[in-house]
Amino acid sequence: MFKIKPKTTQVIAYSVLLALTVITIAVLVFIILFIFKNGIRELSWSFLTQPTKEMGKEGGILPSIVGTLLVTLFSIIIATPIGVGSAIYLTEYTKGGAIRRIISFGADCLAGMPSIIFGLFGFIFFVIMLKMGWSILSGGLTLAIMILPTIIRTSEEAIKSVPNAYREISYSLGGGKLDTIIKIVLPTALPGILTGVILGIGRAISETAAVIFTAGSSLNMPTSLFSSTRTLAVHFYILAREGISMPKAYGTATVLIIIILLINFIAYRLMHKFISKYY
Amino acid sequence: MKDKIARWTLLVIAFSAVLALLLITFFIFQQGVPLIFKAGLKNFFSTQWSPTHGKFGISSMIVGSLMVTFGALLIGVPLGLSCAIFLTEFSSKTLQKNLKPVIELLAGIPSVVYGFIGIIVLVPFIREHIGGPGFSVLASSIILGIMILPTIVSISYDSLLVVPGTYRAGSLALGATKWQTVTMVLIPAARSGIITSIILGMGRAVGETMAVIMIAGNALKIPHSILDPVRTITSTIALELSYSVGDHRMALFACGTILFIIIIILNIIATKLTRRT
Repeated sequence: MFKIKPKTTQVIAYSVLLALTVITIAVLVFIILFIFKNGIRELSWSFLTQPTKEMGKEGGILPSIVGTLLVTLFSIIIATPIGVGSAIYLTEYTKGGAIRRIISFGADCLAGMPSIIFGLFGFIFFVIMLKMGWSILSGGLTLAIMILPTIIRTSEEAIKSVPNAYREISYSLGGGKLDTIIKIVLPTALPGILTGVILGIGRAISETAAVIFTAGSSLNMPTSLFSSTRTLAVHFYILAREGISMPKAYGTATVLIIIILLINFIAYRLMHKFISKYY
Repeated sequence: MKDKIARWTLLVIAFSAVLALLLITFFIFQQGVPLIFKAGLKNFFSTQWSPTHGKFGISSMIVGSLMVTFGALLIGVPLGLSCAIFLTEFSSKTLQKNLKPVIELLAGIPSVVYGFIGIIVLVPFIREHIGGPGFSVLASSIILGIMILPTIVSISYDSLLVVPGTYRAGSLALGATKWQTVTMVLIPAARSGIITSIILGMGRAVGETMAVIMIAGNALKIPHSILDPVRTITSTIALELSYSVGDHRMALFACGTILFIIIIILNIIATKLTRRT
């Protein structure tokens, strides 16, 4: 038996790791470029602003864009105050202990829960028991629960990273705890909190399983919070799975990916600005 | 006074995540568990699934879920760990700073897009070059393997990053190569973080629904090879929920109950592991 020199192993290991990393990046680039290559020519002003015709074979995707906006907006309006409030409590009012552990465990479990479970829950609780039906309301509430842990976690990190000296200065000037939080801590942590909210928006927009059973899949323009609607991700799923129209599916996917890229870019920039300021 | 009100209000708000979790648990179990008892364990864990005829066997779906999850780990773990190790130990700061968000972007891509790429690219490729109908355990494993990458990369990355620099320096000073340092010092030191990343990745793979529906073929039998179609617990729920009524719907919630239990167990293990470090 010959023994491979550690130096040689090192070179082999390095090459393998490099290759696997390149593969991972390549997969991501491939997915994005593949969708763009086939979908970009479908994009036009009328595709974005026309109602959907013949189940998606013809026309544009306006109802789905409006539906996505409304469901996402509604979920964010519900989840942001609750998420930020929880984060404030966790960071400013607890010092370890049982309460903190319980809340953290709850948030972690919610974060790890598959979206189909949220779909099942939203369907039986909001749609059937509370009689909200398939609606923007049911979909938005279900998504709000789903993105809650993202907002809690990111806000918690952001608030934690506000230097303690800021708080102490405020106290020494006679500021109460609440005043300090509202006037000093939250404004300082704002970019970090916004990052969490934006990531939450991203999760809500890309979700399918949790919204298809709560918001439904109606192609009509929503008229109230009780209207059923179809989000972009659901529309894309139906187009692709039922083979209704491949060009339209590519077009819808391109719109989705562009939105997701933008959201991630903004979140990254915000986070970066925040981190470079306080670390 | 004002501070006191704020404190209590915030406490109530902070418990809403726990409340939501309790509500979810309650309703999933309340809808699903009675059916398991009504059908009997023998019926429930058989391989016959014909819920409109009183047959509620979910064994083939459990096997299906396990197969695609295991397959996903086979693909996702080596790729993800390699990325994490490469990024923390073998790449420059600038490369690290730019590549990490790129990999995390993988997590942002909607799962339906992965399923779509599966249908358009992977399934025909498998059908033409490897065999079988293309819609298969293999296709699902590959797509799920890619989908769990961001989870595995970012958590292992973080746990490798917090290994103290002195460990590296000490090992290198003893004459070890960088790779020896990685295998003998860093991986053992970051072990629990790495295992946590794998467990959470597993949770994602078990729970993924839409992508799997699109590429797994959804046939109701236990697959004999990785080229056979397969149906998971999650796809059964999503495929049948919209038209199910009565016992059938409850059977789908029973599937949800099983899935829920699996996920909670994985989460508890992950929490325990994280707390230890």
